[in-house]
Amino acid sequence: MTTTDPLLAVAGLTVRFRLPDAVVHAVTDLHLDIRPGELVAVVGESGCGKSVLAHALLGLLPRNATVTGRALLRTDSAGSRSGSAGSRGGSALARGGDGAAPVDLLACPPRQLARQVRGRVVGLVPQSPATSLTPVRTGRRLLVETLRAHGHTGADAPVAADRLAVDVGLDPADLDRYPHELSGGMAQRLATALALAPDPPLLLADEPTTGLDRPLVDHTLDLLRRRCDAGAAVLLITHDLAAAQRVADTVAVMYASRIVEHAPTEALFEAPGHPYSAALLDALPQRAFRPVPGHPPMLTDLPAGCAFAARCDRATPACRVQPAFTGIRAGQVACHHPLERAELCAEVPA
Amino acid sequence: MTGRALAACQVSASYGSQRVLDRVDLHIAAGETVGLSGPSGSGKSTLARLLALLHRPDSGHVSLDGAAVTGTRHQVPVAMRTRVAILFQSPRAATDPRLTLAEIIAEPLRATGTPAEQARERTAELADTVGLTTDLLTRRPHAVSDGQLQRACLARALVHRPAYLLCDEATAMLDASTQAHVAAVIGEYQRRHSAGVLVISHDAALLARWADRVVDLS
Ligand SMILES: Nc1ncnc2c1ncn2[C@@H]1O[C@H](COP(=O)(O)OP(=O)(O)OP(=O)(O)O)[C@@H](O)[C@H]1O
Ligand code: SF4
Ligand SMILES: [Mg+2]
Repeated sequence: MTTTDPLLAVAGLTVRFRLPDAVVHAVTDLHLDIRPGELVAVVGESGCGKSVLAHALLGLLPRNATVTGRALLRTDSAGSRSGSAGSRGGSALARGGDGAAPVDLLACPPRQLARQVRGRVVGLVPQSPATSLTPVRTGRRLLVETLRAHGHTGADAPVAADRLAVDVGLDPADLDRYPHELSGGMAQRLATALALAPDPPLLLADEPTTGLDRPLVDHTLDLLRRRCDAGAAVLLITHDLAAAQRVADTVAVMYASRIVEHAPTEALFEAPGHPYSAALLDALPQRAFRPVPGHPPMLTDLPAGCAFAARCDRATPACRVQPAFTGIRAGQVACHHPLERAELCAEVPA
Repeated sequence: MTGRALAACQVSASYGSQRVLDRVDLHIAAGETVGLSGPSGSGKSTLARLLALLHRPDSGHVSLDGAAVTGTRHQVPVAMRTRVAILFQSPRAATDPRLTLAEIIAEPLRATGTPAEQARERTAELADTVGLTTDLLTRRPHAVSDGQLQRACLARALVHRPAYLLCDEATAMLDASTQAHVAAVIGEYQRRHSAGVLVISHDAALLARWADRVVDLS
């Protein structure tokens, strides 16, 4: 892990959706730092708020959403990182130089987000690419337009487009198809190429491997890892624990709208500290293949205190109070009775 | 072969001039869970769609409980059609965004003219089986997560108590707990109704754990 300042510092991010008769608590008091060169994975059960987190950072939430908290993005880093594939002096925001003030993504006016941040500084690999690709243009046109909008010349862009296609595992000839002529997995790879084209210093990847078979999954993950090693910061949102284990530096486990544990990848897989993390790992077919007992609570009606209590065999009356979690540093656990490493090791016969 | 089974007998299929299945046999007996693996493009989904009677093979045939099926879904009697259900990987592509989750689950019941009260009861029962909380049932697809929507699709697939359930990468986009839960729900259903289940997946660990035997299509 690097010791540099965070590129993105999320503090107290909270998202609520208003429904006609209820309020959905989709993300609650979330803290997360991510540094250049770091790959942070966010994992958790379906519906825990992973995608909403990514969409909040990009200002892409629907109108019934209310967002509070801060997400400060350093804007002096894009041009200063070295070794990055195809670095061309960074983004419009980055030209402010080293003294440029950070941008609060949550307070940024929609126009500024759309013109200067999204795509350029913060790239998104979306979860359902089929619905986000413009249907009337071929993959090649989409890609070349994106490359030209981000500093490639007319002569250079087509070459760069072919190179990107190969990078993401597409046959360059497939770029001449329209989005509806692509399989789910091909559309996913095209969406990945489009997100990588502007070479953004921060990449949000929301389930970037949906619809891909294992070799392509690994290919895409390794591609993200290489972007990281070249200085980018990557937030990988995934339901796939094996994916997180393969490439992440640290893993944040989300449960019922909150991060409950954030730990270095190896530590999390070997000795999870939060009872929920342990239960989630137990659900893997390689392990017990046992679902986390019970159901996640309704996000419209969360209990007071620890939201995992109803499913937790370690719960005590103390758990009726929300466990503290600031999560700035990896290694924290939001639990009154976390698992100890020694305790876990004791269960494994020598 | 005798006994209750869904089977592909020497089926071939192509897209244009490209042949993806060449005289393939696959046999899913009532009460067994068969895993199907194979590289991308090896024709796993095509085979599942043939078995689900969504397409007809170029040659060969599908046989359902001993009888050769000659038409596609719309052409065969309802009683035959409802014996086979299929669950796909992407629930977004498989649902109408204008319907609520309750309506999505009840869709096949409406199609067969089930009285409203009975349909409501069955929907509630299935929602409970697949682990959908009641607050989700009145929402539309855009306001639920993929995992929640896939559970609704599973409930819909089970609505007519199919004798055969085909799962084409149906848990590939689910988290580990939801995947294990969906597998457990399907396993429980399979045992209770002595159903035949096909599980298509590229995850060897999942197939080893879930299927009675694994067929490799490559
Ligand atoms: N527009 C909306 N209105 C109301 N509720 C919403 C809306 N969008 C999402 N939600 C709810 O917010 C919660 C978090 O959804 P989100 O899409 O972030 O889940 P996720 O963790 O990404 O799940 P998955 O792994 O299944 O993709 C879910 O309970 C979902 O039903
Ligand atoms: S705080 Fe209590 S209920 Fe929550 S996970 Fe820890 S022990 Fe379990
Ligand atoms: Mg999601």
